[in-house]
Amino acid sequence: MSAHEDDPILDVRDLRVWYGTGGDPVRAVDGVSFQIGRGETLGLVGESGCGKSTLGRGVLGLLPDAAAVTGSVRFDGRELVGAPAAEVRDLRGPELGLIFQEPMTRLDPLQTIEAHFREALNTHRPELGKEEVRRRSLEALAGMGIPRTRFGQYPHEFSGGMRQRIMIALALVLEPKVLVADEPTTALDVIVEAQILGILADLRRNFDTAILLVTHNLGIVAEACNRVAVMYAGEIVEEGDARELFAEPAHPYTRELLRATISLETTGLNYIPGAPPSLIDPPPACRFHPRCPSAMRVCADLHPIEVRAPAGQRVSCWLHGPEGQIPAGGREPLERREFAEAEEA
Amino acid sequence: MKESSGSSGLRTYVLTRLALALPTVLILLTVVFLLMRVAPGDPITAALGARLPAKELEKRKEEAGYDKPIISQYGEYLGQVVTLDLGESVTDNRSVTSILAENGSATLELTVAAFMITLLVGVPLGLMAGRYRDGPWDVGGRLYGIIIYAFPVFFLGFLFQLLASQFGWPTSGRASPLVEYDLDSITNFYVIDTLLQGDWSAFWDVLQHLFLPAFVLGLTISGVLIRLIRVNLLQTMRGDYVEAARARGVSERRVVINHAFRNAMVPVVTVAGLQFAILLGGAVLTEETFNWPGIGSELVRYLNQRDYIAVQGIVTVFAVAVVIVSLLIDLVNAFIDPRVRYR
Ligand SMILES: Nc1ncnc2c1ncn2[C@@H]1O[C@H](COP(=O)(O)OP(=O)(O)OP(=O)(O)O)[C@@H](O)[C@H]1O
Ligand code: SF4
Ligand SMILES: [Mg+2]
Repeated sequence: MSAHEDDPILDVRDLRVWYGTGGDPVRAVDGVSFQIGRGETLGLVGESGCGKSTLGRGVLGLLPDAAAVTGSVRFDGRELVGAPAAEVRDLRGPELGLIFQEPMTRLDPLQTIEAHFREALNTHRPELGKEEVRRRSLEALAGMGIPRTRFGQYPHEFSGGMRQRIMIALALVLEPKVLVADEPTTALDVIVEAQILGILADLRRNFDTAILLVTHNLGIVAEACNRVAVMYAGEIVEEGDARELFAEPAHPYTRELLRATISLETTGLNYIPGAPPSLIDPPPACRFHPRCPSAMRVCADLHPIEVRAPAGQRVSCWLHGPEGQIPAGGREPLERREFAEAEEA
Repeated sequence: MKESSGSSGLRTYVLTRLALALPTVLILLTVVFLLMRVAPGDPITAALGARLPAKELEKRKEEAGYDKPIISQYGEYLGQVVTLDLGESVTDNRSVTSILAENGSATLELTVAAFMITLLVGVPLGLMAGRYRDGPWDVGGRLYGIIIYAFPVFFLGFLFQLLASQFGWPTSGRASPLVEYDLDSITNFYVIDTLLQGDWSAFWDVLQHLFLPAFVLGLTISGVLIRLIRVNLLQTMRGDYVEAARARGVSERRVVINHAFRNAMVPVVTVAGLQFAILLGGAVLTEETFNWPGIGSELVRYLNQRDYIAVQGIVTVFAVAVVIVSLLIDLVNAFIDPRVRYR
C-alpha cells in the first residue's frame, strides 16, 4: 500500500469546522478525513466556498475563536485538535507551513522583506547567527527568483506575483515537513506557475515534504499531485490516486467538474447547473442531490456511505452502493418536483 | 523599478514636503490678511473709534499705514511676518511678539503637558482595550471614553479644582505670585526657566500649577484617542499580515507588538497631531477655568475689543503653527510608514 496509509505524516479524521458558535453555524468543513504520507502531494479541488481554505487553516489550528473544531488532526502522531495553543504554535513554521491564497496583503506594509525573514528565523531557529539568517533568507528568495538587491525593500515595492513568491520563500525557509499551499499560483502568470510547481516537486523529492495543494486547476492536479481529494459543500466526496481518479471518476460531481474543465478537445463550455449550496443549511442526505444528473430516491433520504470504487478510490455516492443499505425502490430516479413538494409540506 | 530602499526615498520626501510648506504658508497668510480686511472700516477706528477724537484717529491710522492702498499693506504685512515683528496691539499697546512670548508660551507649555498626559493615558488604554476586546480593559476604556466625552471641560475642571483645593493644591494661574515675581523669563516656559535657574521649590510650584489644567485637558482628548486606537487595533489584529505571522508560528506577543500595534498607530499619528494643532488655539475653556494666561483667552479678549492688529498677529502665528504641525505629522508618518515616502 502507498505511504499515506502506512505511516502518514498528516492524519485528519472526521474533522469539522463550524463558523459562528451561536445561532446557525456555517458548516464549512463537515466530517472530513484524509491522510498524507511523507513526500506525497494531495490535491484538494472543489468549487469556490466549499471549505478548502478552512480545511487548510484547520490543519494548522489557525481558525478564529468563533470557529468550533472537532475531530482529529494528527501530525507525526501528535494530536493537534485540543492541544495547548503554544504547542501548536511552535509547530507552525518549521513543521506545518502555510502559503495563503491571496498574496497582496500578507506582508506587513511597515516592515522590510528582511525583517519578515529575520522574525521567522529568530522565532524558530534562535541559535542561528545574523549572517546565517541572512544567507538562508537570500537563498530561499533566490530560489523563488527574487534578487538579493531587493532584500531591504518594503512590500509595496513588489508586484502581486513577487509578493506571492516572497510568501512562499518565507514558508520554505523554515523547511516545513507539511506544507499547505492554498492556491499558491492563482495570482501568477503561467511561467512563474510552472516554476513554482517545479519548486514544490523539488521539495517533495529532496526533503520528503508532504504537500496539501489546494487549487481550482485540475491540470495542476494531474501534473503535480499523487492523489486528489474532491470537496463538495464541506465534505470530501471522492479521494484517490490522481491518474486513476481522473481516468475513471466515480462521483457524479467529479465527472461534472472534469467536464467543466476547458481543454483542447472541448467543443462547448460545460458548467454544472445550479449553485453551490448554503453551508448554513445544506441539502439533506447527499448534498449534491439537487444538482446531480444521476440522483436517485435514496439520495434525498440517506447520507451516502463511503465505499471503494472499482478504480480503487474512496467515494461517497449511492451509485456505488453499498447495495444492502439502499431501501427498496431507492434506485428509482429522483423526481425533483416530488422533492420540492415534499420540502414544502 | 527602484533599487534603492528606504533612506534616499525618505530624504527626497522630506525635501519635497519642506518645499511645499512654503507656498502653503503664503496662501494661509494671504487668507488671514484678506479676512482681516473684509471687515468694514479700519482696525484703529474699530477698536478706538468711540474713545478718541477724529484727529487723533487719523494720526494713528497714518502711523499704522491704513491710508495706503491694500496691495502695499499686503506687502508690509508679509514684511512684518518675515521680520517677526507683527506690530502693536491697538488697545493696550503690547507688541504682538511679546503677547506671543508671554501668552503663547503659556499655551504651548499647557498643550505639551496635556498632550503628554493624553498619550500616557490614551495609548495604553486604547491598546489594552483593542487587544483584549470585551475584557475589563475594553469595557472600562469604552465607559471612560463616553463619560469623558460627555463631561464639559469646565465641569471636569471645576470638579478637580474642588478636589484639589481640599489638599491645598494650587488651582489657578501658572505659578504662585512670589515665584512668578522672582522668575527670570529666559524661555518663557516656566518649567524650563525654573530648571535653568536651578530653583527646585519654584520648579515644584510651577509643576503643581501646570498639572491640574494639563490633566483636565489631557483627559478630555484622551477619550477620542482611546477609541481611535482601539478601533484601529481591532482592525489590524484581524489583518492578513497578522494572520500570516501567526501562520509562521510567531508568538502572539511578538505578533501584537511588531505588527498589530505598529500598524494601528499609523493613522493615530495624524489624528493626534491635528488634535495638538487644535489645542494650540482652542484650549480657551481650560485656560479660563484655571485662570491660565494662554493665548486662546487673549485672542478672545482682543476679538471682543475689536483689536484687529492683535488678532491678526495671533491668527498669523496660529496659521504658521498649523502648517508646522502638519509638516511634522507628515514627517513622522513618512518615518514610520514606508508607503508614504513614495506617494
Ligand atoms: N472567518 C469566517 N467566518 C465565518 N464564515 C467563514 C469564515 N471564513 C470562511 N467562511 C465561510 O466558510 C465557507 C468556506 O470558506 P472557504 O474560504 O474555506 O472556501 P474555499 O473553498 O477556500 O473557497 P475559495 O475557493 O473561494 O477560496 C464559506 O461559505 C465562507 O463564507
Ligand atoms: S449519492 Fe446520489 S445524488 Fe449524490 S452524487 Fe451519488 S447519485 Fe448523485
Ligand atoms: Mg480558499
